[in-house]
Amino acid sequence: MTAATASRYTAEYSNIAPTLPGQNLPWLTALRQEALTKFSALGFPSLREEEWRYTNVSAIEKKLFSPSLIGQAQELVSTELLASYQLPDTWSVVLLDGHFCAEFSVLEGLPETVSVMSMAEALAKQPEIVARYINQAVNNDEHSFVAFNTAWFTDGLFVHVPAKLVLEKPIQVLHLNTQNDALASTRTVIVAEQMADIKVIETFVGLDAAYLSAAVTEVFVGPNADITLYKLQCESDKAYHFGGIYVKQAKDARFIHHNFAFGGLLARSDIHTDLDLASECELNGLYLGVNRQHIDNHTRINHLKPHGISRELYKGVLDDRARGVFQGRVIVAEDAQKTDSQMNNRNLLLSNDAEADTKPQLEIYADDVKCAHGVTVGQLDEKSIFYLQSRCIDEETARNMLTFAFANEMVDKIKIKSLHDQALEQVLIRFPQEGVNKEWL
Amino acid sequence: MLSIKNLTVNVNDKQILKGINLEIKPGEIHAIMGPNGSGKSTLSHILSGKAGYTVTGGSVTYQGKDLLEMAPEIRAREGVFLAFQYPVEIPGVSNIYLLKAALNSIRKHHGQPEVDAMDFLTLVKGKVRLLEMDEKFLYRAVNEGFSGGEKKRNEILQMAILEPKLCILDETDSGLDIDALKVVAEGVNSLRAADRSFVMVTHYQRLLDYIKPDFVHVLANGQIVKSGGAELALELEEKGYSWLEDSKAAV
Ligand SMILES: Nc1ncnc2c1ncn2[C@@H]1O[C@H](COP(=O)(O)OP(=O)(O)OP(=O)(O)O)[C@@H](O)[C@H]1O
Ligand SMILES: [Mg+2]
Repeated sequence: MTAATASRYTAEYSNIAPTLPGQNLPWLTALRQEALTKFSALGFPSLREEEWRYTNVSAIEKKLFSPSLIGQAQELVSTELLASYQLPDTWSVVLLDGHFCAEFSVLEGLPETVSVMSMAEALAKQPEIVARYINQAVNNDEHSFVAFNTAWFTDGLFVHVPAKLVLEKPIQVLHLNTQNDALASTRTVIVAEQMADIKVIETFVGLDAAYLSAAVTEVFVGPNADITLYKLQCESDKAYHFGGIYVKQAKDARFIHHNFAFGGLLARSDIHTDLDLASECELNGLYLGVNRQHIDNHTRINHLKPHGISRELYKGVLDDRARGVFQGRVIVAEDAQKTDSQMNNRNLLLSNDAEADTKPQLEIYADDVKCAHGVTVGQLDEKSIFYLQSRCIDEETARNMLTFAFANEMVDKIKIKSLHDQALEQVLIRFPQEGVNKEWL
Repeated sequence: MLSIKNLTVNVNDKQILKGINLEIKPGEIHAIMGPNGSGKSTLSHILSGKAGYTVTGGSVTYQGKDLLEMAPEIRAREGVFLAFQYPVEIPGVSNIYLLKAALNSIRKHHGQPEVDAMDFLTLVKGKVRLLEMDEKFLYRAVNEGFSGGEKKRNEILQMAILEPKLCILDETDSGLDIDALKVVAEGVNSLRAADRSFVMVTHYQRLLDYIKPDFVHVLANGQIVKSGGAELALELEEKGYSWLEDSKAAV
């Protein structure tokens, strides 16, 4: 909003700075300083900014979220809690209140050529490699949440997969937040070199607390490489969440993103990707809003070179007084001939007080392209309800089933069994009507 | 089984059914033929309880009860089944889930416990084989991305599993190739029983070659203008409908 309110965060920064990783790296200190200056000047994003016009983050400014100390909360995390979110059959990294927690992480058996380590460790052990990537898929000018994250990040994850390596198991990054008034600001870098193939899952969960989770993930998909990134956001219903995912796709690279935005009082995700020659991206999203949740998803697909393909489908289910925002930008540069792009946003409103704001934006500067987009905001289809009734299902159950089905279409796209079941569970928790009998699924 | 008396139905203040009379006894097969727009699907929808129609007169009695008073799902649980002319796609609901939900609703309606998971699977797989379908269809979303013929076959699969008493088939044959038609007809024939009746809406004799009707009715302009035995269908195939519509108009 204003520099004045941001100054509370800025004022506190000098106390925090000495605790941040990479103190000894002049390039990083300079980068953080630049970010701090930008953030101090602008504050958090304001409704006056076009890409933030539906999402008011002033509540974050009225509070003061501060980074918590390492290891503060380890005893709060029960084995059950961990087990309910940590996925089996993955390499799993736990970021507890914004800090890597070795005790909870499971990294045995990773191929030697693959690096998966905390950002703090990467900055200590191989800063020159990190320097090649950090703030390269996004920069501090994007908006002040990114600047804020750059200045404040306490840890995060660094993943590097060498050329041609196909990682057999997914990597899970479990962001676990436990503290009231805490800030968990993390920076993650994921690199897949030429023809590598990896799957990464970002899970965000929290105890019943009001905290701010601000994560920035930079993704580099090398030539002809494949990255599938899943995000399951189930923050506490008192929490604030900002998650930015910024992707650079090289020639022929494929990037698939699945964004499940379920939790948080106020949650915003950015998914921005730049496509090179003949690269392909698929962005899938499902947002579920109940009570007074505000869930904002902002996507930007930047076709920079010819023959790119992008497919996007975002679905929202909004009940009670919840508000869902979808802003999808597709930019086709003058040079990006033969681009093939489809964007779709469909919203289901279950209550009269729920709201969906949807804004697809196509900016096309090339002339030989195939671009389509569509949005819908509406209720359930009466024909479908009757079809189910004619198959013995009562109307209320039919409505619940169709609502569930609408959401489940996105869940069904998940190819990792344990994650699929977890996401399904989360959908059912949010729409617990007896219309869907889990045992039969 | 079913008794329709003097049924008149409006859609948006326009009269579509203009006094239908039809008696169907248990075990009988009735074919309803007639030109496009004559009201065949409207009649099927009315019987299964679709909203959007106004019954302005007449009555429909099913197994001694007033059918028009029942909610669509109650009719279905009581044994009325409509195989749709245009089956609806339900993305996100798997075929097998819907089958289980439907079957259990029927069982609950009759005070029976839920079907045993193993028995259910055995039942369903048997019927899938009967209709020469791929088991994969069970796990796909209901009708989503199915071809026209696959959708029709899927309707008959549901019918075979739910074992209704009154089966209404609205142009189940259209969109089926010759082989599929045979399979579907065999499926229907396997369901024939002394206590089960069929109403088959069709434009073509070829379905009736496989499933021989006891009665053939011609519905034109919202009325049954002629009824006869199986031979009437052959006559219609030869002469079309116009002679009937004309004769009716002359009455
Ligand atoms: N919702 C509606 N609004 C207005 N007219 C309708 C509506 N539904 C049906 N009709 C009209 O009712 C008449 C009968 O339609 P119906 O679908 O029952 O015909 P049909 O005999 O099944 O035809 P076909 O052989 O083409 O399937 C048609 O003239 C149709 O246009
Ligand atoms: Mg019809």
